[in-house]
Amino acid sequence: MTVEVSRRSLLKGMVGAVAAVGLPRSMARAQSPVAKSDVFSVLVDIPRCIGCRACLRGCQRANDLDAPQDLMDMDHLASRLEPTHNLWTVVNREGRETVRHVKRQCMHCLEPACVSVCPVAALHQTDAGPVLYRENRCIGCRYCMVACPFDVPRFEWNNGLTPVIGKCQFCASQRLFKGLPPGCVEACPTGALKIGRRDDMLFEAKARIHARPDVYVPHVFGEEEVGGTSWLYISDVPFEKLGFKKNLPHRPLPSLTWDVVSWIPGIVAVLGSLFGLLAFNLSRKAHSPAAPKDLE
Amino acid sequence: MIGWLFLAAVAAVLGRLAVSYGLGRNPPHGRWWAAGAAGALWAVTAVVLVIRFARGMGAMTHMTDANPWGVWVGFLQAGVALSGGGFVMAATVHIFHIKRFEPILRPVVLLAFLGYVFVALTLFIEVGRPYNLWHPLAMWQHHSIMFEVAWCVTLYLTVLALEFSPAVLERLGYTRAVEALHRAAIPVVILGVILSTLHQSSMGTMFLIVPQKIHPLWSSTLLPVFFLVSSVAVGLCVTVVASFYSARLFEKSLDRWLLADLARAASMVLFLYTALRLVDVSARNAWARFGDPAWLGGVFLLEVGGGALLPAVLLSRRAVRDRPRWTVAACLPVLAGVVLNRLTVSWLAMVPYTGPGYWPHWMEVSVSFALLTGVAAVFGLAVRTLPVFPAANPPAPASGTV
Repeated sequence: MTVEVSRRSLLKGMVGAVAAVGLPRSMARAQSPVAKSDVFSVLVDIPRCIGCRACLRGCQRANDLDAPQDLMDMDHLASRLEPTHNLWTVVNREGRETVRHVKRQCMHCLEPACVSVCPVAALHQTDAGPVLYRENRCIGCRYCMVACPFDVPRFEWNNGLTPVIGKCQFCASQRLFKGLPPGCVEACPTGALKIGRRDDMLFEAKARIHARPDVYVPHVFGEEEVGGTSWLYISDVPFEKLGFKKNLPHRPLPSLTWDVVSWIPGIVAVLGSLFGLLAFNLSRKAHSPAAPKDLE
Repeated sequence: MIGWLFLAAVAAVLGRLAVSYGLGRNPPHGRWWAAGAAGALWAVTAVVLVIRFARGMGAMTHMTDANPWGVWVGFLQAGVALSGGGFVMAATVHIFHIKRFEPILRPVVLLAFLGYVFVALTLFIEVGRPYNLWHPLAMWQHHSIMFEVAWCVTLYLTVLALEFSPAVLERLGYTRAVEALHRAAIPVVILGVILSTLHQSSMGTMFLIVPQKIHPLWSSTLLPVFFLVSSVAVGLCVTVVASFYSARLFEKSLDRWLLADLARAASMVLFLYTALRLVDVSARNAWARFGDPAWLGGVFLLEVGGGALLPAVLLSRRAVRDRPRWTVAACLPVLAGVVLNRLTVSWLAMVPYTGPGYWPHWMEVSVSFALLTGVAAVFGLAVRTLPVFPAANPPAPASGTV
C-alpha cells in the first residue's frame, strides 16, 4: 500500500513538475515585444560632427539638467567629459592617429539588459523603443550599471537618501511622443544626428556608406550589436579606434539570464516533490518499529 | 590611513583573541578586550553611517560610475554563502533524517539566520534607496534575477526565523507553540532548502549577463552551479568552525565525531567543486588567459588551490579529522577561499575591464566589519540566554569532546 501511495504521489509530482517547467517557458517571452523596425532611432554620422557640443546644451535644456554649463563649450574639448547622473550625453575627441568627435549617450537597446535586470521595472522599455527610468520605483541597487554593455547608467553618488540613476531618456515624454525631435538632434547644426524610424535610419546609413565607400567603413554600429540598438553610428574611422566596444555579442544579453531564470519554477517543482517524498518516506521508516536503530 | 590603522588594530585584537581561544588558552580579560575593540569599531561605524545617509555613498566609499559595485556586494555574497550551513544541516536532519546531527542544528540555523541578517543589513546600507527595498515584493519584474534574489532573501529570513523560533519559545515557556512548530518542521525545512538552492545559485546567475566584463577564468555559464556547490562546502566548514569555537567559548561539549563526519563531507564536496572548476576552465579553453594578468592567475590559484583543493586533501586525511584543531585549521582556508571567490567574481575579475579605479575606502570595510562583529556578538548573547545548544548533552569522556 505504502509503495502505491508514494508511487502515485511521485507521478503527481512529476506531472506537476513538467507542467511547471513547460508553461512559464512557453508563455513568458524572453524577447522584447517592441516592433524593431518601427522604433524611434537616431543615426549618428561621425564624420559630420564638428564637436561643438551644442547637443549637450540642447540635452540640458530639454531635460532641465543642472550639470556645470561651462564644461559644455567647445573650448573645453581638450578636457574629456564623462557622463554623470545629470549629464546624459557627452562629446569627446577620440582616436589617436585620426581624431574624431564622438557623441555618447544611452543606445536604447532593442533588447535592453538594464530593463531585464531591474528587479522593480524602474527601467522599462516603451512600445516605441525608448528605455525610460522611473525614479519613484528605483531601489538604487545599481545592477543596471553593472549589466549595461555600454556602461551608460550613472548614479548620484553624493545624495544620501534620494539618489537617482541618470541616463538619456530619448526626450521621450516631453518631446518625442509629442512629435518633436530630441533636444540633442534639434540642436545639431551639421546634420550629424538624424531621427526617424529604425528601418529608415538603417536604410539611410547603408545608402550613405554605399554612396561613399571610399569614406565610410562598411559597418553600421548598433545594427547587430547586443541584438540591435536604437542609436546607430556610421564612421570613416574603424569603430574600435574610436573607443567603441568591440566583440560585443550579437545575441541579446537578457537571454543569458533568462535561460536560467525560466527554469526556476521547474526547479522548485522538482525539488519540492523530491524532498517531500524523501522527507516523508524516510520519516515513516525512521518512526516505524522495524526501522534499524542506527537511524535515531 | 588612520582609518585603516584603526581597522587593523581592531582586527589584530580580535584575531589574537580568536587564536588564543582556539588554542585553548584563556587570555586574561579576554572578554573585556573583545568588548572594547568591538565597541570602538561600532562607535566609529555609527559615525560612518551618519555620513553615508547625510552625504551619500560618494562621501564614504570609493565606488564610482565605472565601479558601481564595491566590496559590499562581495561581502554580501560571501555572507549568503557562509550561511549555507543552515540549509545543508536542516536537509540532513529533517529531509534525510540523519538524526545524529540534530544537536548542532539549532546553532547552525541561528548562524544562518544571523548571516542573512548581516546580508539584509548590508543591503539596507548598500542600496541607494533602502526605504524602497520592499518594492520587488509589490512591483514584479520576473525577468530579473535580482527580483528572485529579493524574494529569496525575504522568504528565507522568515523560514530561518521560524526554524529558530522554538529556541525562543521554549525559553519563554510556550510549549504548545513549540509543538505546533515541530509538526510543521518538515514543510518549513523543505521550503527553506528550496529557497536556499535558488538563492545560492542565483547569486552566481547575477553575473551571467556580463560575460564580456568578467575575466575568462571566472566567466562561466556554470557560475550558478559553482556558487551552489561552494556554499554547501563552506556551509559544512562554517559548521565545524562555529561548533569548535562555541565549545571553547561557552563550555558546550560537542561530539567530535560529528565534526569529523562534517569534515569528511566537506572534503568530498570540495573535491567535486575543484574538479568542476578545472573542467570548466579547460572546456572553455580559458587556460591561455591564466597569466593575463599574472595577479589574477595568482588569485585563481589561491582561491581554487588554497581554498578548495588543499583543504579537500587535508580533510580527506584521517589524521586531520581525528584532531579537532587540525580540522578547524583545514576548514578556515575554505572560508577565506569562498570570500575571495565572491570578491573576485563581483570585483577583481572585472578589473581588467573596468580598469584599476577601485580600492575600497576604509569606511566601506568598517561597515562590513562592524556588521560581522555585531552578528557574532548576538550569536554569543543568544547562546548564553537561549537553549541553542542541547542542554542535556551527555557528559562525554574527555577524549571524546572538543
